[in-house]
Amino acid sequence: MDNNRRSFLKIAGITALAGIGAPVAAHLSSSPAFANSENNAAAQTGHEAAGESEKHSGVRLGMVIDMRKFYGQPDMLDKVIASCNKAHNIPHIVDGNGKTDRKSEIKWIWKAPYADVFADQWVEQSVAHPSKTIAENDFLVLCNHCNQPACVRVCPTKATFVLKENGIVAMDYHRCIGCRFCMMACPYGARSFNWKDPRPYISEYNPNFPTRMRGVVEKCTFCEERLALGQQPACVEAVQDSNAIVFGDLNNPESQIRQVLARENTIQRSPAYGTQPSVFYIV
Amino acid sequence: MYNKGLIIPGLVVFVFIATFPLWYNGLSAGTAPKPEPPPGGEKTCVAPKEVMRSQHMVMLNQWRDEALRDGLRTAVPADGKEYRKGLQLACMSCHTNKDKFCDACHNYVAVQPYCWSCHLAPADIAAKKEKP
Amino acid sequence: MIEKALKGTPIYWGWLALLLALMVLGAACYIRQFLFGMALTGMGRDLSWGLYISQFTFLVGVAAGGLMLVLPFYIHDYKVFGRLTILGEFLAISAIVMCLMFVMADIGQPIRALNMILHPTPNSMLFWDMVVLVGYLTLNIICGWVILTAEKKEVKPPKWGYFFVSVSIPFAVSIHTVTAMLYCGLPSRHFWLSAITAPRFLASAFAAGPSLILIFCAIMKKFAHFDAGKEAVNKLITIIMYAAIINAFFVCMEFFVGYYSNVPGHMHSLEYLFFGLEHDGHVYNNLVPIMWTSVIMCFAGLAVFAYMKLAKAQTDTLVVLGCALTFLSLFLDKGLGFVLGGLVVNPLNQITEYYPTLNEIFVSTGIWATGFFLVTVLYKIAVAVEHEVEA
Repeated sequence: MDNNRRSFLKIAGITALAGIGAPVAAHLSSSPAFANSENNAAAQTGHEAAGESEKHSGVRLGMVIDMRKFYGQPDMLDKVIASCNKAHNIPHIVDGNGKTDRKSEIKWIWKAPYADVFADQWVEQSVAHPSKTIAENDFLVLCNHCNQPACVRVCPTKATFVLKENGIVAMDYHRCIGCRFCMMACPYGARSFNWKDPRPYISEYNPNFPTRMRGVVEKCTFCEERLALGQQPACVEAVQDSNAIVFGDLNNPESQIRQVLARENTIQRSPAYGTQPSVFYIV
Repeated sequence: MYNKGLIIPGLVVFVFIATFPLWYNGLSAGTAPKPEPPPGGEKTCVAPKEVMRSQHMVMLNQWRDEALRDGLRTAVPADGKEYRKGLQLACMSCHTNKDKFCDACHNYVAVQPYCWSCHLAPADIAAKKEKP
Repeated sequence: MIEKALKGTPIYWGWLALLLALMVLGAACYIRQFLFGMALTGMGRDLSWGLYISQFTFLVGVAAGGLMLVLPFYIHDYKVFGRLTILGEFLAISAIVMCLMFVMADIGQPIRALNMILHPTPNSMLFWDMVVLVGYLTLNIICGWVILTAEKKEVKPPKWGYFFVSVSIPFAVSIHTVTAMLYCGLPSRHFWLSAITAPRFLASAFAAGPSLILIFCAIMKKFAHFDAGKEAVNKLITIIMYAAIINAFFVCMEFFVGYYSNVPGHMHSLEYLFFGLEHDGHVYNNLVPIMWTSVIMCFAGLAVFAYMKLAKAQTDTLVVLGCALTFLSLFLDKGLGFVLGGLVVNPLNQITEYYPTLNEIFVSTGIWATGFFLVTVLYKIAVAVEHEVEA
């Protein structure tokens, strides 16, 4: 009797372990991370060039923001921000007094002073001697859709990931567990967490886009849903007349964005972190 | 068997509690709801009625992964029309009556899919429009 | 063996009742948070990890600290720790349970927590942290139970028991190393982006864990006639002293790197924690008193231990005093300062200070109470078995 029970428990235990372990093992062996490490190993054994070209093939979407066209026109910045907020049902979260609640706010694209946006190039007003234009104007801030995104590296569920077709750092709100590790990893402060139900704070819905639920992280997606319909991102479209934001494939030497990059002097936010941001600024 | 006097009554109480919902409703599940067809009169869905009835949740999950993760946002054809993949974009464009279509059955079988904590029903959208 | 936890003095039951009350309060507050959302906490967009994750980090250390008992006994055959190893294992179980509860309290969609297993992501340190934490918990449950059963039957533990004990030793190191890797691999968090984070975590763990065990030993000596033995206590104090000194040394190295290099990012957090950080004419210094308390407690604890060693005056009061000072010092340093100090400056160079809400504090105390409840019951069983064998 006792022996039977013991052997039964043994078998039951092993079966349970196998049951739990099997999906993990199956996932691990099929996961792209491991597949890549094989590729890398192959690359190191003499196919360096092949590995390199593979890395840069395909589309990598990026953006050039020509800040010169925004200087002295804060309403143009607001127009860009409002178009994004409307397109993506982004809540305007306010506290009891009707003021923006800094603690819980959700931002996909927003404006901030140069000192904040380019934080690593700034020490103190008295030391930095900024030009008048830079001191007096706000700058646009959004997700950089990095080529080496730190947020994707740390996400424990692949809820944020790089889209293979276009390099967009995308979000799957269905899968996000709300651990906020990506917010820790992002060196640009581009991510927002839904600290509470956002719906009461949305004044009008865009019927073609969902809202988010509380407990998940969200951010700019380069309007992936609009690109699928052949449209430009909402922010690009909002200032189309002045061509203040140029959007396109950074990997295609013929693209308009590459021509702008070849012509103008641009800067990126904190490139020293090795994230290879895809958003460039002309200041 | 040791402690017969405790174990057997205990088991009886457990079985009673576990099956209590059945007794409470008099062993009847009530009348099954009849979901209302689309008010616009569309007759053909993206898949046959039987498939949709039993597999709609599987299809929605598949659409979700294809559209969000795999970049496969190609439209789905049905009856000469094309529908964009998505609960809000495809399903709700005909089945504008969420209460009478989705909720009728979901409430009956007591499932609460979390679709609606993000996706908007036509009624949600209309409610916000009326406000100034 | 669980029945041994069901017999106790009124003090034992009163203590458990108090903990249970705190647990109920914590559960009620957690339900509030679950239903309304994380906005009930003091965390926000800029400072998005707070009390929960910092307690988690500290408690991983407490769990790993048991290694300082297991390693000398099983690897170096240091017999004096024989009666204590089980305490280390049971403390590890309780601490890991608290850790897992803190993580669950912190995530926004706890119902989806299993996504970590359904979609395993080996490039995420959080995935590996889950693996090692669950592994270490399982190992300690197995080891603790096997050793205690063997002790009860007055036989040697089975050979396969030793296998699990040996595996648990690298696991103890790994839980705290991987927890440090959560922090030290993030590109823009200067305070955390330091190769010394993991060694520092381990050093503070090897001081905090044994300190707590010695405090528990003193309590059990008074209330449960359990004597750890003078030599064991003396040896553990030596270990605690070395670990605390190494930890302090590592912190000093952070200061040197920050201030000698004069790199602003490396100084901001230290400046905020110890002196107050000035930004746009406003000085932010919420945590300054807490951090200096931690420093003073650390050296006071070391002084008490040093006095005991030099004057050969090892009394229970002094042991508890020294251990309490050391434990609290490390709790303030790692359980508050490390996480909150690292987040005070956001990626846009703006400063956000953290004020935990009452709801958050009650959830945290509820989780601590759960851990203490578990450790009380487990220690009660361990001591009862010991008494039975002696009788």
